[in-house]
Amino acid sequence: MTDLITLTIDDKTFQVPKGTLIVDAAKRVENDIPVFCYHPKLPQVGMCRMCLVEVGRVQRDRATGQVVMDGDKPKIAFAPKLETACTVPVEEGMHVRTLNSKVEDARKDVVEFLLTSHPLDCPICDKGGECPLQNLTMRHGPGTSRFIYGEKLHSEKHVPLGTEDNALIYLDRERCIQCARCTRFSDEVAGDHVIGFYERGRKIEIVTFSDPGFDSKFSGNTTDICPVGALTTKDFRFGARPWELINSASICPHCPVGCNLHVNTRRTGASGKFEVKRIMPRQNELVNEIWICDKGRFGHHFAASPDRLTTPLIKKNGQLVEASWDEALDLVASKLKAAGSSVYGLAGGRLSNEDFYEFRKLFNGNAALYSRMGGGDLIQKVGIGAGSNFSAMGRGTTIVVVASDLEEEAPIWWLRVKQASERGANLIMVNARSTKIDKYAKKKITYKYGDEVNAVDGLTDAVKGSENLVVMYGSDGLDLGASKALAQACANLLINTRHTGKVNNGLIAVWQHANDQGAWDMGVRPTTEPIPERALLWIAGADLVGDGETLPYADFTVVSELFLTATAKAADVVLPAQSFLEREGTFTNGERRVQRYYRAVPPLGQGKADWQIFASVGEKCGQGKVKASPSLVMNEIARSVNHYAGITYQALAKVEKQFPDVGGIDLYYGGNAFENTTGLGVQYPSATDRGEGVVAASPESKPEKLNGMIAVPVTLLYDHGTTFARSFLMHPRVPQAFAEINSADAAKLGIKDGETITLAMNGDEAKVMAHVNGRAPEGVVLVPQSLGVNLNRVSGVTIKK
Amino acid sequence: MFELAKGMGTTLRHMFEEPVTIQYPEQKRDVHERYKGRHELKRYDNGLEKCIGCSLCAAACPADAIFVEAAENTDDQRFSPGERYARVYEINYLRCIFCGYCEDACPTEAIVLEGHYELSYTSRRDAIFTKDKLIVPSPDGKPDTPQKVEPGVFTRSVPEMKDPL
Repeated sequence: MTDLITLTIDDKTFQVPKGTLIVDAAKRVENDIPVFCYHPKLPQVGMCRMCLVEVGRVQRDRATGQVVMDGDKPKIAFAPKLETACTVPVEEGMHVRTLNSKVEDARKDVVEFLLTSHPLDCPICDKGGECPLQNLTMRHGPGTSRFIYGEKLHSEKHVPLGTEDNALIYLDRERCIQCARCTRFSDEVAGDHVIGFYERGRKIEIVTFSDPGFDSKFSGNTTDICPVGALTTKDFRFGARPWELINSASICPHCPVGCNLHVNTRRTGASGKFEVKRIMPRQNELVNEIWICDKGRFGHHFAASPDRLTTPLIKKNGQLVEASWDEALDLVASKLKAAGSSVYGLAGGRLSNEDFYEFRKLFNGNAALYSRMGGGDLIQKVGIGAGSNFSAMGRGTTIVVVASDLEEEAPIWWLRVKQASERGANLIMVNARSTKIDKYAKKKITYKYGDEVNAVDGLTDAVKGSENLVVMYGSDGLDLGASKALAQACANLLINTRHTGKVNNGLIAVWQHANDQGAWDMGVRPTTEPIPERALLWIAGADLVGDGETLPYADFTVVSELFLTATAKAADVVLPAQSFLEREGTFTNGERRVQRYYRAVPPLGQGKADWQIFASVGEKCGQGKVKASPSLVMNEIARSVNHYAGITYQALAKVEKQFPDVGGIDLYYGGNAFENTTGLGVQYPSATDRGEGVVAASPESKPEKLNGMIAVPVTLLYDHGTTFARSFLMHPRVPQAFAEINSADAAKLGIKDGETITLAMNGDEAKVMAHVNGRAPEGVVLVPQSLGVNLNRVSGVTIKK
Repeated sequence: MFELAKGMGTTLRHMFEEPVTIQYPEQKRDVHERYKGRHELKRYDNGLEKCIGCSLCAAACPADAIFVEAAENTDDQRFSPGERYARVYEINYLRCIFCGYCEDACPTEAIVLEGHYELSYTSRRDAIFTKDKLIVPSPDGKPDTPQKVEPGVFTRSVPEMKDPL
C-alpha cells in the first residue's frame, strides 16, 4: 500500500497517496484549480501560472528540526509568494488556500495577460464552446482588459502542419498560449519529435519539422488536449459548433485495441440526414486512456462513401442487377436449403460478435474466419489476466513483443507499451526486422524469418525473476500454421514460468482485425485446410480476390459487404451490410474485453446489419425467427457461449468513475467528449483466471525453407484496405507502393534508395519504389500488404531494376 | 328630433377628419424604428456579407428556428471577411417568435430584425427562408458575393465595433 499523506485544502482535510500533486489532490475534493499547461497525462512544466495557490507548510525549528507547535497544532508557515499547484507534490500537514483574494487576483492577472495576444475570434473558432480558455476566462477572468485592443499581436492563421494537401492538423498561431501540451504529448507520450517551439519571448511559435508535416500517427490527440483553438483538425474544420453535436458511443473498427470513441453527428442542410462531423476519443483507462490514433479519428469517411452498396444485387446473365431484399433472401434461402450440408461460410474480422454467432448458426459450424493468425483458443486459456492495465505496468514487468510492428498494427498498444517501458518495464523485442519500438526495448532478439518459435523458446532465462510477464505476438511474416505454432510457443513461455491467471500477466494477440478474437470466441476460426468445393459459399466482410487469393469454387456464391469489392463482383448475390456507425454491436478486443458500440447515423440505403442478414436467411430456412435487436442475440450468446456468461448489453454499458478525471464539467483538459457515460465493456476471464489448469503443448511448426531472396508481407497502418481506401482524408498519408530492402542486398543489385524496382514473385510482377532504410534484414524484401502489391505469404522473390 | 340631428352632426364631423385606417395593401404603414419583423442579413459597404457563420444566433434562439452551416472563405471566393462564412443560413418563420435574441448574439451585427411584416405562406416549406431570401442586395456598384479580393486584406472575422454594447 502506498503511503498516504494528510493535507488540508480550504478547510477540507483528507488523505491522498504520496507524490500526488496539489492540483490532482484538490480535484479529489471537487476543488477545480484552473490549469492550462497542466494535463494529468503529461509531465508537468508549470508554464502558464494559472494554477497559483497559497501553500502553507508545517514549520520546523531550524536548529533542532522539531515541528514548531502553535498550541496543540503544528504551526503552518505560508510562503510569501504563490506556488504552482501543478508542480508541487503534497506534503504531510500541508495547508493550501485556493479561494482567497490573493489567489483570485493572480488568476485574474494570468487570464488578462494570456488574452493580450489572443485574437478573441471565438465566434469562428472550432474550439469555441468547449474551450478551456473560454471557460476559465468566464470563471476567473477580469471581465475587462487594461491592455489596448489594437496592440494585439497578429500572426499567421490557419497554417497547415504539412502542405495544404496532406495536412491533417491546422495551426492558428495567434490563438496559441504556449502551454506546450502538444509538444509534450508528441515528445513524451507519442515519442514523435516532430513539433516544437521556435524562437523566444513574444515571437515564440509552434513549428513542425518533419515531412510530411506533423508526421505522427497520434497527431489528432493534440487537438483534443490543446486548451485553445490553436490546433484544429481538417476533418472538423468549420464542421459545426460543439454544442450542436450529438454524441454517440462507438468502438474503433480498425484494429484489435478496440479504442472507445465518441461519434459526433449533426443533421446537414443539404440532405437533412445525420452526418458524422468528427470522431473523438472516449475515456477508458483500461483500453485507450484518452488517446486514439489518426486512423481511428480520420478513417471514418468510408462509411459515408458513395461507393457503398445500397441495395441487394443478383447476378442475371453475368451482370449484377439491383433486386429487392425479399427476392435476394428468397433466392439465397432456396439455394441454402437445396445445398443441404454442402455449405461453407467465410467471414472477415470486421463483423461483430452477434454477426459471428448468427453466421455460425446459419452454417451449423461450417464457417471459418478469414485470417492468417492463430492462437485465439490460447488467448481464451492464458490470455492477459482480467483487470490488467498497461498503465499499471512498470518496473517488475516484462513485456515480450514477438513478430509484431506494434506502431503499424495496433498504435495505441504501441503507445502504452512504450510508456510502460519508460516507467521501467523490461521490454523485450523479438522480431526478424527492426521496428520503431526497438529503441525503447531493453533487449532485442533478432531471428531469421521462420525461426520465431526457437527464438521464443530461448527466452525462458531472459524473463526469469520477472514479477509479471506479458507476451504479445503478431503476424509478421507468418502464415496460419506458423502463427499457431508461435502462439503455442508464447503460451508455453507463460505456462512454464507460471505467469498465467494473474493480473498484468498473460498473452495478447495483435490481431489483424478489430474482432478476430470475437470470431474465435463464437467458434468461427481460421483453417489451414483449403476451403472445400461446396454448393453454396458465403463470404461476409472479406475481400479474397482483392487480396490476391483465389476464390474457392462453389456452385453459388453469396457475398455480404459494404462495398462492391472484387470478391463481390464475382458473387451470384451481393447483400449490402451496415457499417459500424449505422448499427449496434459488440467487438471483443485483443485483451478479451467485450465492448459495445451504438448507432450514430441511420443506415445507408437498404443496408442491413450482418447478423440480421444471416438470421433472415436462417428464418426462411426454418431456424427460428429473427431477433428484434442485437441485445437479444447477445443474451443468447451469454447463455450458450462458454466465456460470455453474464455479458449482456446492460453489463457492457456500466461505467464507473475513472482517474484522472478529465471529462467532467470543468473542461480544463480540453475537448468535451472524453467523458465515458456509455460503458467500459467487460473483460471476460480466461480459463486460467477462473482457476482452470493448463498445460504446455509442443508447437507444431514446419517452417517452409525458402532459398534465395524472400519477400515478406508486413502490415502498414495506412494502406489500401477495403475500408481505409475510401477514407479520403487520409489519402495523402498513404504511401506509394514500396518495398524495403537491406543495404547489402541493394548494393549487390545496384539499387539506390527511391529507385523503382520490379519484384517478381508467385509468377506475378509488381513495380514498387525501393526503400533502403536499414529496416529489412539481409536477404529479405519487406512488402507492405494492401498497398498495390498482392502478397499474402512469405514467397521467393527476384528483384529486377 | 334634436337627438337625431345631434347624431348626424357627429357623423358629419367625422367625415371631415383624417381616417385612421389605410388602404392596405395599396398603402403601407411605416413601422417604428425598433420594430421586430422579418430578419435581414446585412452586408458591409464593400458588398461582403457581415455573417461569418458562427451559429451563435442559432445557439441563442429559444425557438430553435435558425440553422447555419459554415464553410471556408478563400481570397478567390470571398463571401465575408475572415476565414468563415455561412454557406447555409435558414430561418424557419413558423418557429421564429421575433424575440431578437439572435440580433443580440450576433458578433458582427449581421442579423437584424427589420420592418418586414408580411409573412404569410402557402406551405410549410415556404416558411423556411434561405440565405438568398434573407440577405440584402449588395450596395450600389459593389459586386455580389463571392468576390475575388486582394490576398491578405480581409483577415479579421469580427470587426472592431465603435460601440459594441
